[in-house]
Amino acid sequence: MELFQYPYMQRALIGALVIGLAAPALGIYLVQRRLALIGDGVGHVALTGVGAGLLLNRSPVLVAVIAATIGAIAIEIVRARGRTSGDLALALLFYGGIAGGVLLVGLSDATSANLNAYLFGSLTTISPADLTTIAVLGAAILVTMIGLRPALFAVSHDEEYARVSGLPVRTLNLLIAVATAVTVTIAMRAVGVLLISALMVVPVATAQQVTRGFRSTMAAAMALGLFAAGSGVWVAATADTAPGASVVLVAIASFLVVAVAGAVWRAVRRRTTPTAAPTPEPHEVVLS
Amino acid sequence: MTSPVITVEHGVVGYDGRPVLRDISLTVTAGEVVAILGANGSGKSTLIRAVLGLVPISAGSVTLFDRPLRRFRQWARIGYVPQRLGAGGGVPATVREVVASGRLARRGVLRPPGRADRSAVDAALGAVGLAARAGDPVSTLSGGQQQRTLIARALAGQPELLVLDEPTAGVDAASQEAFAGALRDFVGDGGTVLLVAHELGPLRPVISRAVVVHEGRIAHDGAVPDPAGHHAEPDHDHVHPHCYDEPAGLWSN
Repeated sequence: MELFQYPYMQRALIGALVIGLAAPALGIYLVQRRLALIGDGVGHVALTGVGAGLLLNRSPVLVAVIAATIGAIAIEIVRARGRTSGDLALALLFYGGIAGGVLLVGLSDATSANLNAYLFGSLTTISPADLTTIAVLGAAILVTMIGLRPALFAVSHDEEYARVSGLPVRTLNLLIAVATAVTVTIAMRAVGVLLISALMVVPVATAQQVTRGFRSTMAAAMALGLFAAGSGVWVAATADTAPGASVVLVAIASFLVVAVAGAVWRAVRRRTTPTAAPTPEPHEVVLS
Repeated sequence: MTSPVITVEHGVVGYDGRPVLRDISLTVTAGEVVAILGANGSGKSTLIRAVLGLVPISAGSVTLFDRPLRRFRQWARIGYVPQRLGAGGGVPATVREVVASGRLARRGVLRPPGRADRSAVDAALGAVGLAARAGDPVSTLSGGQQQRTLIARALAGQPELLVLDEPTAGVDAASQEAFAGALRDFVGDGGTVLLVAHELGPLRPVISRAVVVHEGRIAHDGAVPDPAGHHAEPDHDHVHPHCYDEPAGLWSN
């Protein structure tokens, strides 16, 4: 616990908690539209932005936000067109993004330790200015995702119905794409581009095993994200492990615990409350 | 009560160059309950999707409430009931949450739900007989109950026009009766209905006019035609709503 007296550890913890709260609040919409891995793809593209930033001596995070936003909008356009070649276009974007990132980082004066910081996260090197960026953007994501929940739920749940309801479907879709890019870039410092999707998706996957509604799933996923971030940083500090990987492993461990506990509970309940014999379908024909 | 609610003039729709609707003209006036009938692949679902702007028309015009479709913005006046609920990515949603989406057309994106929204959702759930299931995840409902959830979502917006795509396909008898009752109440309050159907069943007494679509054209517009062939048998139970090899019958005149 003494470690948390150091300001850099406090910043690491606060940054992780903000991201742990914001990532699942966005991720639930991505999971609902079967785009669970989009965060991964946007992360790959963001890496090209990091490389470009390091090469041009600009803020890598700032350039990454721009690159990730362009990438996310491109993915959204491909998705909205609904062409069958969509997944191939996404693959090109993903691998082009990570290859471009590695290439550009290599061209710059940055060391491989620098690249690793963006690939797998580097919570302990968050500066006070970084923390302000994370807090402001994280709060903006949270306010948008919670405040627009009815509309974002409608668009993610049944896009055609949303269009007939007169909702600004294209704007809402682009909003989700841009929010994905922003979340990826701020989470990049915490868990790294290769592990971002885990924080968006795993708490949602854990929550939806026990919840009944969308709103309760969102609340539970955010609580789980907060728990994973907090305990992951604590584990990393006490056991001296990589913080990003620790946060993700805590999230996955929670998933496994809930999955096993849920299965056991259902099995016990089935044994104690016998279900009524299934009523057979009425016969379709009469055989004489 | 004779103002036109939907007007389609010489509408043409094609998918990838293959024409689905060839030359459709159709007018629905306020208070009517119009059923679009036709075999699978006749273009009847495409017709209502074109009316709602979900598929673009390549020629002709669509007018909703005296406004060209392109400039129509009063979507709260229309309640749309799609054929089925999308599976989604597996995130649970309660019946009430799905039905509450129906209020967005009236409320807008930014305003949080108020008392009027909640009571409209309650009323819609009651109208389709699902008030007791409001807190249950929709995925645990039967197909017919899910269909009723979609109808409640459309009713929650308190529309003047209901557009329904095969509301009774593959739906159990109890849900069909519940649906027919909800529709009667809606029409009794002055609502207009355009629905696509394969088989009318318990809806038949509610329908005021039938439009038969055959190979992309309107083959009949008027009284509900009597079933022909094996469909006419009194105990005919339509158990193949999505069969593509429709045998000779009502639609093959």
